[in-house]
Amino acid sequence: MITLKINGLDVSVEQGTTLLEAAKFLGFPIPTLCHMEGLSPYGACRLCVVEIGEGPKAKLVSSCTYPAEEDLRVRTASQRVLRARKMILELLLASCPQSKIIQDLASAHGIRQQRFKQEHEDCILCGLCVRMCAEQMVAKAIGFRNRGQNRSIGTPFDVKSDVCRLCGGCMYVCPACQLRCTYNEPEKAICGGCANLTPPCVDKEQFNDMMCYMDPCVACEIKKD
Amino acid sequence: MKQDAVVSNKDSIKSQEQVDSEYILRVLEKHDENHGELIAILEEIQTEYGYLPEEALRIVSDKTNRSLVDIYAVATFYRTFSLKPKGKHLVCACLGTACHVRGAPRIIEEFEQQLGIKAGQTTEDKEFTLETVNCLGACALGPVVVIDGYYFSKVKKSKVTQLLDKAIKGFDELEIGKDKRIFPVDVNCPNCNHDLKDETFEVDGCPSVKLIISLDHKEGWLRLSSLYGSCNFSTEFEIPEGKVMNFTCPHCRKKLHSTSNCSMCGAPMISMLVSGGGIVSICSRRGCKNHMLDLI
Repeated sequence: MITLKINGLDVSVEQGTTLLEAAKFLGFPIPTLCHMEGLSPYGACRLCVVEIGEGPKAKLVSSCTYPAEEDLRVRTASQRVLRARKMILELLLASCPQSKIIQDLASAHGIRQQRFKQEHEDCILCGLCVRMCAEQMVAKAIGFRNRGQNRSIGTPFDVKSDVCRLCGGCMYVCPACQLRCTYNEPEKAICGGCANLTPPCVDKEQFNDMMCYMDPCVACEIKKD
Repeated sequence: MKQDAVVSNKDSIKSQEQVDSEYILRVLEKHDENHGELIAILEEIQTEYGYLPEEALRIVSDKTNRSLVDIYAVATFYRTFSLKPKGKHLVCACLGTACHVRGAPRIIEEFEQQLGIKAGQTTEDKEFTLETVNCLGACALGPVVVIDGYYFSKVKKSKVTQLLDKAIKGFDELEIGKDKRIFPVDVNCPNCNHDLKDETFEVDGCPSVKLIISLDHKEGWLRLSSLYGSCNFSTEFEIPEGKVMNFTCPHCRKKLHSTSNCSMCGAPMISMLVSGGGIVSICSRRGCKNHMLDLI
């Protein structure tokens, strides 16, 4: 067993436990986007940053990937952490302004205005769908492609994958688009997940091609009716 | 809509060069089936086809038990790999900081204009592919342009047309008469010391060197250029590329012996005497251009 201090409280956890799990055990809330139980930790969204160490050696780490260490001092809501988290959320909000999950998180962290240009990228490259496809569905139909600013998620050669079973797992876990995540009943299929009167995602051209790796796309079929 | 995309994609595969699955299998056999050799496999396929055909990646995925997604991720991650066919000649212009401030963007613009393509594209006749690179490590020589592996330094806008013309002709072609590395030599037979010069037959506009060659019980003359550095010659009968020939003196009819083996291909080097003192050696393999001159 490893004993560490989180926000001044002692906690004993088993070897290999991450800081996120330890904090959850104590009940300290840490917001996450790319973390999901049952999927391997990835550390892509950086939203779960916590501060470890003391004094000048203190640093920010992503709690979902950092394993608990003996006598570690962790602060989940210090000024530095909150500032970093706020900036990350602002950037995420700029790249995916239509996401209800990100809007809620931003609102909860007191973001009242947007300083960055909205990009409407429709994907934050959190890799949830890729891990869902590979680890839970054991299909490996979608994955990361290219690199740098051209990095994207999709099927090889942009054609329907032979190994895709149309399970919809990728759509279910996606935090960037509410239409696909929330509704499985046709009558509720008008999005509105972001609580906008005119949801920006519905108006967007080629909406049915966005992030949807299924053929035919379940959500788009619903929308047509 | 998506269905259409799938169909049109299949059509485009058919129109492309057919992928030889036997070749891919041979490549795979050479490499360990375990992980860690994917890049080596892809590199070899790219050398063969000039790009990575979709069909080839599917075969690799099938045979190595890797998912196509992983292979595609690697193939799109590295800039070496291309999923689109490349042109016969690769023009690579440096856009590093040093080249940039010395006017590389204007040179790339000129290339784009002359070829009618944008950087990263291939001309329609599949002759040229224009690429940019972020640094070639020769910053003092900027702007640097690499065409088919040949480096050109301090490239000016006015030199672009010349470079493209040269690329089509090939850069290893020597300009006889202009190049200082080419000069005439008189050679004698090492056995009978008879002059091998043949005034009646000219190669490169100079009297040639006459020898008798034999290959597979066939015998005939071979006339070499007497210019050292020129690899031009003519023969009585066609010699297949890569064949090693036997050389005989046309005067004493004795075989010309070799003293060493070619450092490039391993075939015997044929030695002849140079009048004035010295030995000139040429490789006996057709197509190998290795030659050496030892002056005493």
